[in-house]
Amino acid sequence: MSANIHPSAPSTPTPDTRHLEKSLRNKQSLFSFAMSAVVGILTLLALVPLFSVVLMLFYRGGKSLSFALFYELPPGPMQEGGGFGNAILGTVIMVGIAAAIAVPMGVLAALFLAETAPDSRLAKTVRFCGKVLTGFPSILAGVFAYGAVVLLTGGFSAVAGGVALSILMLPTVMLTAEEALRMVPRKMKEAAIGMGATDFQCVWMVLLPTSLPGILTGVMLAVARAAGETAPLLFTALFSNYWISAGGNVELMQPTASLAVLIYNFSGVPFQNQVELAWAAALVLVLLVLTANLIGQAISRRRID
Amino acid sequence: MTNAETMESTTTNTPQHDVVIECDIRELYYGNFKAVRDTYVPIHKGAITAFIGPSGCGKSTVLRCLNRMNDLVRGFRFEGRVNFLGRDIYDPAIDPVAIRRHIGMVFQQPNPFSMSIFNNVAFGLKLNRFKGNKEERVEMALRGAALWDEVKDKLHKSGLSLSGGQQQRLCIARAIATEPEVLLMDEPCSALDPIATRKVEELMLELKEKYTIAIVTHNLQQAQRVADKTGFLYVDTTEGSRTGYLVEFGDSDRLFEAPQEKYTQDYIRGEFS
Repeated sequence: MSANIHPSAPSTPTPDTRHLEKSLRNKQSLFSFAMSAVVGILTLLALVPLFSVVLMLFYRGGKSLSFALFYELPPGPMQEGGGFGNAILGTVIMVGIAAAIAVPMGVLAALFLAETAPDSRLAKTVRFCGKVLTGFPSILAGVFAYGAVVLLTGGFSAVAGGVALSILMLPTVMLTAEEALRMVPRKMKEAAIGMGATDFQCVWMVLLPTSLPGILTGVMLAVARAAGETAPLLFTALFSNYWISAGGNVELMQPTASLAVLIYNFSGVPFQNQVELAWAAALVLVLLVLTANLIGQAISRRRID
Repeated sequence: MTNAETMESTTTNTPQHDVVIECDIRELYYGNFKAVRDTYVPIHKGAITAFIGPSGCGKSTVLRCLNRMNDLVRGFRFEGRVNFLGRDIYDPAIDPVAIRRHIGMVFQQPNPFSMSIFNNVAFGLKLNRFKGNKEERVEMALRGAALWDEVKDKLHKSGLSLSGGQQQRLCIARAIATEPEVLLMDEPCSALDPIATRKVEELMLELKEKYTIAIVTHNLQQAQRVADKTGFLYVDTTEGSRTGYLVEFGDSDRLFEAPQEKYTQDYIRGEFS
């Protein structure tokens, strides 16, 4: 029975089939093989900078990683020890403010683009602006928030930082949410409309729940980008060596520390301890963003099927 | 009780004034395309009305006019009127959402939501902020759709986990949970196998005790088996485009036994399609 699997068993003089075999002597197969090799090598080459950055981070940052980093304040130039607990808290708070602004606005705008008036001139304009804004230089977002919030309120603050970051998050949230809403099968929308659902009920009970994983993916991407931004925060939140919460209540209207600005400040100084802290902060920032991304992916995979 | 007896009793007991929906389409456009013209169909209370005809004759379009589902189509324009309980549902003062709550719909492709079976059926109850006992109504609807015994132990499972025929019966349960006056069915069996089709047909005959049903079908035998009244639509190509119109309407047994129009005769005998 198993003999039949290979019908080429040489019983009678078989025709020469060697030209059917794989061979590098054939010019075309040689070229194809060479191109496959080039693709593989270039792929590895592209991964070199990526991995060297991550490895370097783990090597340099991992050395000084300790629990104290998470609850102590940044040290002065000649001091030993210290940490960046205030910067972690500041980053989380400012990204939180940014998300609180950008997510509702972005999702509502996406509903307009995907459902209310997808072909209107306004929608086309907004979509175009959103795409332009995705590549918006982040420093300009900082300058805008400086003019709109810092000058108006009379000082650098976590709120100003949050506003600057929200400008960077908004287009990503809006465009991915629009895409997610469009992916909801038309027949589900028809089912809801056919049951006598109002537009609001259709959106709230069917469209949003069904597209939630896609929307969350966009939000997580935007959060990851915002968490790593430095330039907009230099103009808006500046930095602080102290905790954002003075005596129990959180003070949102004062200069606020963030991981990104701490890395920027400490990496250029001649003091060994601060440079080490900058490395550790970079590692923590990367891990935070990575965690956010993993959570986002886990949520988007958790669909009902 | 056989099908024939059912039809006999209802057709004779259905006087002309028991019309729930009176549909009079003079002209219906999608953009510049004239899809349907000159179609008058009365939908009788407690009866099953079928629309038959070749593809592209506009029978689904006519059905979708009856609860304003065509409003979703861009470029849709309608001249005529559709009276539901004596009111023109295309009157600007009428809320299409309210219309759809009284005139439910079951679609060609089963379209359960990606929610649990229970929540699928309870969907309409939630839309209407139903205050009573939801569990009881869901069970009633699932029993009404002849699905209860198959799903009673897995109500929390996703509606999409069911088979095609079960999904369609789930959609019927969802539609009848809110007890609409009329149930529109747009080729409800065309995506189902013969066994599931038969179940849905039996279900329709049971449902017409409580609901008025209008159905679009490709399947002549199906119309013959379940429908009390049948309308035959055909495509008019004389004006250069393909415009559907009603050729003949009447009691099903009469229409299938002794069609009066030539087009109807030819279509029923299968001399063209």
